[in-house]
Amino acid sequence: MTTAHDNHATGMPRSRFGRAYFRYAVEPWLYLSPAVLLICFVMMIPLAIGIAYSVQSINLLKPFDTGYVGLENFAELGDDRKFWRAMTNTFWWTFGSVTLQFFLGLGLALLLSRPFHGKRAVQALVFLPWAVPTFLIALTWSWLLNPVIGPLPHWWAAMGILEEPYNILSNPDTAMWGPIMANVWYGVPFFAITLLAALQSIPHELYEAAEIDGASRWQSFTKITLPFLGPMIAITVMLRAIWIANFADLIYVMTGGGPANSTQILSTYIFTTAFRALDFGYASAIAVALLGVLLVYAAILLFVRAKLVKT
Amino acid sequence: MAEMELKSVRKAYGRVEVLRDIDLTIGDGEFVVLVGPSGCGKSTLLRMIAGLEPITGGEFSIGGRCMNDVAPRDRDIAMVFQSYALYPHMSVERNMGFSMEIRREPTARRKGPVAEAAKTLGLDRLLDRFPKALSGGQRQRVAMGRAIVRDPKAFLFDEPLSNLDAALRVEMRLEIARLHQRLGSTMVYVTHDQVEAMTLADRIVVLNAGDIQQVGTPLDLYERPENLFVAQFIGSPNMNVMDAAPGQGGLILGSGAVLAGPEDARHVGIRPEHIEIVEGGGDVTAEAQVVERLGSDTNIYTEVKDIGPLLVRVSGNIALSPGDKVHLRFPPGKVHFFDAGGRAIRAARDKVQ
Amino acid sequence: MAARTRNAPVLSAGKYLAVAFYVAFALFPLYWLLKIALTPERLIYSDGTALWPSTVTLDNFRTVIFASDFLGYFGNSVIVSLTTAAATSMIAAAAGYAFSRFAFRGKRWVVVLMLLTQMFPLLMIIAPIYKIVASLGMLNSLTSLIVVYTAFNIPFATFLMQSFFDGIPKDLEEAAMIDGCTRFQALRKVILPLTLPGLAATLGFVFTAAWSELLFALMLINSNDAMTFPVGLLTFVSKFSVDWGQMMAAGVLALIPSCLFFLFIQRYLVQGLTSGAVKG
Repeated sequence: MTTAHDNHATGMPRSRFGRAYFRYAVEPWLYLSPAVLLICFVMMIPLAIGIAYSVQSINLLKPFDTGYVGLENFAELGDDRKFWRAMTNTFWWTFGSVTLQFFLGLGLALLLSRPFHGKRAVQALVFLPWAVPTFLIALTWSWLLNPVIGPLPHWWAAMGILEEPYNILSNPDTAMWGPIMANVWYGVPFFAITLLAALQSIPHELYEAAEIDGASRWQSFTKITLPFLGPMIAITVMLRAIWIANFADLIYVMTGGGPANSTQILSTYIFTTAFRALDFGYASAIAVALLGVLLVYAAILLFVRAKLVKT
Repeated sequence: MAEMELKSVRKAYGRVEVLRDIDLTIGDGEFVVLVGPSGCGKSTLLRMIAGLEPITGGEFSIGGRCMNDVAPRDRDIAMVFQSYALYPHMSVERNMGFSMEIRREPTARRKGPVAEAAKTLGLDRLLDRFPKALSGGQRQRVAMGRAIVRDPKAFLFDEPLSNLDAALRVEMRLEIARLHQRLGSTMVYVTHDQVEAMTLADRIVVLNAGDIQQVGTPLDLYERPENLFVAQFIGSPNMNVMDAAPGQGGLILGSGAVLAGPEDARHVGIRPEHIEIVEGGGDVTAEAQVVERLGSDTNIYTEVKDIGPLLVRVSGNIALSPGDKVHLRFPPGKVHFFDAGGRAIRAARDKVQ
Repeated sequence: MAARTRNAPVLSAGKYLAVAFYVAFALFPLYWLLKIALTPERLIYSDGTALWPSTVTLDNFRTVIFASDFLGYFGNSVIVSLTTAAATSMIAAAAGYAFSRFAFRGKRWVVVLMLLTQMFPLLMIIAPIYKIVASLGMLNSLTSLIVVYTAFNIPFATFLMQSFFDGIPKDLEEAAMIDGCTRFQALRKVILPLTLPGLAATLGFVFTAAWSELLFALMLINSNDAMTFPVGLLTFVSKFSVDWGQMMAAGVLALIPSCLFFLFIQRYLVQGLTSGAVKG
C-alpha cells in the first residue's frame, strides 16, 4: 500500500503493470489465443508449406524423386494446355455463375422487400437451397440432367432447345452449363438475403419523399435504390466472385472436370492433381498461380472499393 | 465514512487528454452534481469514480482508502445508468436483488430489502414483470431500486433522467431528492441539464473541456460565477453578455452607453430576469422583435443598435408587441464584470454594490 | 399516382407469378430427389420422367438404412459436425467477445489474419494438411477432420459472435460489475444468457458447413469405417451408379439434418451471411 502511494506521488501511471494493465492488455489475448493458435497451425503454417511445395517435386507415387526443383513446376505450367484451359474455364464459370446469381437474387430481393400474402413461408422456401449440402446439390442436379431419370433433357427437347434428350454434362460444348445451373440454384438465396438486408436499410421516408416529389416507381428505383445499394453491390459481387472461383465441390462431383477437361477450373485441377495424381508439388504450383490471379483481382477490388467509398 | 477525494486525477486516451488535474473532495452524505456540455468529461469522471474506466494519473480514494486499482465490485457503490441497464432476462425482482444474489445471500433474505425498495418506489405490483414490459419511468424506478438494494456507501447517477419525458423527469427528480433525504448517502450525479443540477445539488461542479470551471452551491454559481463560461452555463435563460471598453466615466458599451464598473472589464453580463423595463431614460434603448408569453413570465427578444440581441425576462404579462421601443435599465448590483480572459472581477463588483 | 393505382392488379398478378416461379425453382430439384427416392425400383425406368410417381414405396429408405453402410456414415458425419460446431462456437465465442469488448494492441492484425483465411483458396492447403496429418498417423480419423473443420470455421464464426456481442449494451456488464460481479461472473450471469440465441445460430451455421464439406474429407478419409456422409455417398455413386432409388433415398437422409438446422438458423441468415458465412 505504501509503495503504491509512493509510486503514485511521482505521477507514474503505476497501474501499468497492475491489475488494470492485465485487464486491458493481456486478458483479450487469453480469449483470442485458442482461435489464433488453431488458425496459425491449421491454416497459416500449411499455407506457407504449400507455397514451399510449389518449388519442390513431391509426388507420392514417386517417393524417391523428391526435392527442390526451383521453378520447374511453373515452367511446366506454362506448357500445360490443361492449365490454360482451366484458366479460361475459371473465368467463364465465375462470370456466368455470378451474373445469373446476382440478377436472379436481385429480382427475388425486390419481390421480398414488398409485403404480400404468405411472405414468411415463401421466404423460408426460397432460401432453402442455401442449406442443402453442396455435394447433394451436385448429385441432385446431375440426376436432373440425366435423361434416364431426370426430366430436364426431355423438357428441353420438347421446347426445341436440344435436338434430342441427351445429357448436357457429357457434351464438351454444353457441359459447363450443368454446374453453373446448380451453382445458380444454390447461390440465388445468398444474393437475395444480402440484397434484401441492404434494401431494408434504406430509410422508408426517402421513398415517400420521392413519391411526393412525383417520382415514378422506376424513377425511385434508379434514383434512390441503385445509388444507395451501388457500392455495397459492387463489393459483394466482387467478393463473391473470389469465393466462386475457389469453389470446386460442384464441378468435381458433377463432371470431375470432364468431358475432355471442358469443365476443369483451376480449383478442381488442383484437387484432381493432388487427390488423383498425388502430385503435391505440381498441385501447389497451380494453387500458387491461382493465388496470384486472385491477388491481382483483390488489388483491383481494393482500388474499386476506395473509389466507391470516396464518392 | 464515504468521503471521496480526487487528487490531481487525469484521464487520457493515448495522447488525447480528456480530464486534467481534477481536485475535488466530496463530503460524506453530500449530493454533488457534475454538470457541463456534452464532451466535457463529466461522464468519464463518474466512470472513473465507479471503477469502470482506469485512472491515468492522480489518486482517487474513498474513506481514505486508495481506490485506483480496486475493482468496481469492491468499491461499495451503486450506479444508475442512462440506459438503465436492466438485465433483460431477469424479472424486476431478480434485477433488484441481483447484488444480493451475487453475494450469495439466501433467497429468503433477499425478499425483505427488495420488497421494501419496491414499496417506496411504487413497484410492488410489477415484481414479476420483465424489463421489456415496463414503461420508461418504471424502468427508471427499477434501476433506482436496484441501486437501493445494493445498500452502497455512495450512489452514482449517469444522466438518469435524460430518456424520460418532461413531466416524468420532474417527478423522478423529486424522487431522487427524497431518496437522498431519507438515506443521507453520498451521491454523485452527472447531468447536462442545469435545472436538475440547480434543484438537486448541495454542490455543483461545472466542467468544461476537461477542466473544473467552478465548484459551489447552486446559488453561489448563480450569483457569483467565476468566469464567463459558468455565467452563461448556469441560469435559464442564458445570461446576456456585452462587450465593453474602458472610457470616460466608466465602461462604454457598443451603443455608447456608459456603465459604472472596473476599468479592466472587457465583458459585461446581466441575466435576462434582472433587466428592468423603465418608462424613460435607462441604460439602453432596444427594439422588441419577438415576444414569448409563458403566462408566469414574458420573454422579450430585443435588438439593441450596435450591441446586438438582448433577452429580457419580466415577471407576469406586459403589453408589448414586436417593433415597440423599450428602455432598459441594468440595476448596478446585478451586473457582472469579466476581464479580457473571461475571469470575473469580483472585488470591483462588490465595491459597486 | 392514379396511373399506379390502375396498374396495380397487373403488377400484383405479375408479382405473384414471379414469386411462384422462384418457389418452383427452389423446390423442384428437392421434390425430384424425394420423388425418385419414393419410386419402387422396378418402376424407375417406366415412370422415369413423369411428374408424379404412380406408386410410392419406402423400400429404398429401408434398404439404405438397414442393408447398407449409410447408418455408419451418417453417425460419423453427426459426430464430426456436432463436435466441430460445439468446439468452433466455444472458441469463436471467446474470440468474438475479445473483439467486441476490448480495444487492445494487435487487434487489427488478428482481424487481418482472420480475413486473410477467408480469401485464399482453401485447396491450397489440402496437400500440406494431408502430409501433416499423415505424418502424425492421423489419416482416417474423425479427430483430424474435426480439428481441420474447426479451424476453417473459426474466422467466420468469430465475426458472427462478435456481431451478437456488439448487440448487447456494454452498460449491462458494467451494471453487473458494480452490483458485485467479477468480469467472469458478469459474463456467465448476464452476457451468456443473452447471447444464447446467437450461440445457437453460430452452432447451426457451423454444423451446416461441416455437414456438407466434401473435398478435405475425401482426401483425409479412405477407410469405410471413418467415412462421412458425403464421402460415403460419393463412393456409393461411383461404385453402384445404377441404384438410383437408393442413392436418392440416401440423399434425402443427408438433407434432413441440414433442413432441421436451417429452420433453426433462418432468423439469423442475414447476420450470418453479412459476417461472411463460410458456406456463402
